[in-house]
Amino acid sequence: MKRPWLAALAALIGLGLLAAAGTLNLERWGSFAIFFVIQASIYALLTLGLRVQWGSTGLFNLGVSSLFALGAYTSALLTKSPIASAGELAGAGLPFGVGLLGGMLVASVAAVALGAFTLRLRGDYLAMVTLGAGEIIQLILMNEEPLTHGPEGLRAIPQPWHSLLSPRDYNFLYGVIVLTALVLGYLLLKRLVRSPWGRALRAVRDDEEAAEALGKHVFRFKLQAFVVGSALMGLAGGLYAHFTTFISPADFEPLQTFIVWMMLIVGGSTSNRGAAGGAYLIWGLWVGTSVLSGLFPSIWAVKFAYMRVIAIGLTLQWILIKYPQGVWGERRRSRD
Amino acid sequence: MSLWNDFVGQLPQLLAYGLVTASVLGLGAVGWSFLYRIFNFANFAHGDLMTLGAYWGLLFNVGWRLPWSLAFPLAIVATIGSALFIDRVFYRPLRRRGSAVLLISSAGMALVLRNTLRLFWGQSVHSYDLGFHQAILVLPGVRLTPEALIGMAFALVVTLGLFGLLQYTRMGKALRAAADDLDLARVCGMSLTWITRWTWVLGAGLAAVGGIVLGVEQHLLYPLMGWNLLLPIFAAAVLGGLDHPSGALLGALVIGVGEELFGFFFPNYRPALALVVLIGLLLWRPAGLLGGRS
Repeated sequence: MKRPWLAALAALIGLGLLAAAGTLNLERWGSFAIFFVIQASIYALLTLGLRVQWGSTGLFNLGVSSLFALGAYTSALLTKSPIASAGELAGAGLPFGVGLLGGMLVASVAAVALGAFTLRLRGDYLAMVTLGAGEIIQLILMNEEPLTHGPEGLRAIPQPWHSLLSPRDYNFLYGVIVLTALVLGYLLLKRLVRSPWGRALRAVRDDEEAAEALGKHVFRFKLQAFVVGSALMGLAGGLYAHFTTFISPADFEPLQTFIVWMMLIVGGSTSNRGAAGGAYLIWGLWVGTSVLSGLFPSIWAVKFAYMRVIAIGLTLQWILIKYPQGVWGERRRSRD
Repeated sequence: MSLWNDFVGQLPQLLAYGLVTASVLGLGAVGWSFLYRIFNFANFAHGDLMTLGAYWGLLFNVGWRLPWSLAFPLAIVATIGSALFIDRVFYRPLRRRGSAVLLISSAGMALVLRNTLRLFWGQSVHSYDLGFHQAILVLPGVRLTPEALIGMAFALVVTLGLFGLLQYTRMGKALRAAADDLDLARVCGMSLTWITRWTWVLGAGLAAVGGIVLGVEQHLLYPLMGWNLLLPIFAAAVLGGLDHPSGALLGALVIGVGEELFGFFFPNYRPALALVVLIGLLLWRPAGLLGGRS
C-alpha cells in the first residue's frame, strides 16, 4: 500500500456506514445514501470553487461560507412564492434555473467587490478581508429581517418538478440534478485548467513577478479566477437551499469554510479529482463519525461534537505536514 | 436629534469603554504584529491563544482555587508553554513551506484550541473568582468597574514594560533586528531557535495577558471571546503599519474607541467597523497610517 493511512480512513468510514446500516433499517438505507450523495456533491462544488481560487491561482479565500450563503439566500428569494404566508417572506416566484443563476450572479458580484480591494495586495489581506466579510454576511442574515427573516431563516423554498414524484422518492430526482451540476462543473473546470487561461493562472500562482514580466495581466487573471470560483460556490448555495427547502444563518457559519478548506487540502488542492474526492472523503468521515456518536450515551453527544472538530483539525495538521500535495494532488509540478 | 443628544451625553462613557476595549486589543495586536514581522506569519489562532490564556487563568484561579496573584502569572507561563509546544509540533515543520501553509495551519489550530476548551469547560460562560464590584464614578459622566480600571492599568504596565524591553535590553535589540530582517540577523550569528523561542514568549505572553485582562474587565469568559477579537486585531495591526509595536498600539486605540462610537449608532453591526477600516486602509494607505513600508 502506498498510502496506508488512506486505507485506515476508508476503513473508518466503512465502519461508520456499517454502524449506520445497523441502526437504520434497510429501507431507509437507500434514502440515506442519496442524502449523502446530494450533500457531498454540494460540498464538492464548493471545494471545486476553492480549487480554482487557491489551488490554481493561490488566492486565499476564508469567506467560502458567505458566498455559499449569498447563493442560497438569493436563489431562495428569487424562487419563493410571491404570496406571503403567515410569518413568511414573499419571494419573486421565478423558476428554479433563474434562481440558481441569480445566486451565481450575486456571489460573483460580491467576489468582484471583495477582490477589487484586495487582489493587488499580498495574500494575507485577502484572507483577512474575506474572513471579515464572512462575519458581516452572518450579521446581515441575522439582522436584516425584511430581507432575510433574521435568525428564523427562510422556509418553504420551492423544489423543481416537485409534483413529478412522491415526496418520499423526490430526492432521487434531486440527486440527479445535483450530480448533473457537479459533473458539468467538473468538466468545465477540467477544460479551463488545461486551457491557456488555466496555464496563466498557474504561472500567477507560482511566480507572480515572472508572469507579470511575461506580459500577463496578473490582477485581471486573479479577479477572473476569484469570480469563477465564487460563482461555483453561489451555485452550491442555490442547490443547497432547494434541497433542504429551509435555510437559516446557522447553515452558513464560518465552520463551513473550514470544512471546505479541509476537503481541498486533504484531496489535493491542485487537482479537480482531489477537490471532488476530498469532499466525498471528508463528508464521509463527518457523517460516519456522527453516526458513531449515536452509539454513545447522549451525555457524550455534545462532547463528541467538539472532539470531532478537534480530530478534523489535527488531521489537517497531519496532512499538511506529511502529504503536502494531498491524496490526489500533483506529484510533480510539471503536470496539473 | 435626540439620538445625537444622547450620543453627546454618553460620549465620555463611550470613550472610557473604548479605552477598556483598546487595552485588550493593544495587547493582542502588538503580539500579533510581532509574530507577523518575524515569521511572516499571519496567525489566525492568535485570538484563540488569548482565550487559552484566559482559560488557563480560570483553571488556576477557579479550578485550583489559587489567588489571582499566583493564578494569573502561572496562566501566562502555561500559555507560553502551550504556544511553544504548538509551534514545535505543528508550525515548525511547515516553516519552510511559506506563509500561506502556516496560515491554513493556524486557522485549523484556532478550531482545535477553541473546541478543546469547550470540551473541558463547556459552551457556557464562566468568570474569575475575584468578587463582584459595582461600577464607580471615575470622572463626571464616566462609570467603570474597579476590575476595568485594574485591567487597563495592568495592560498599560505590561505594554510599557515590553517597550522598555525592546528598546533597552540586548534581547530586545536582537529581536528588533530579527524583525527587520530575519535572514540578516541569522547571518550575523543569531540562532533561529533562540529567535523563535523569544518571539513566542513575547507574542504568547502578551496574548495571555490580553485574554486575562479581557476576562477580568468583562467579568466573563466564553469560548468565542478571543476569536471575536481577531478581526479588530488585524485591523489594528494593519492600521499601525506593522512597522513598530507602537503602531499596533495606536491602531488598537483607534479601533477600540471607534467600535464603541460606531456601536452606539449601529448596535447590531459593531463588529463591522473593523472590516470597514481594514478595507478603507487597504484602498487608501496599504502601508498603514504610520508606516512607510508596504
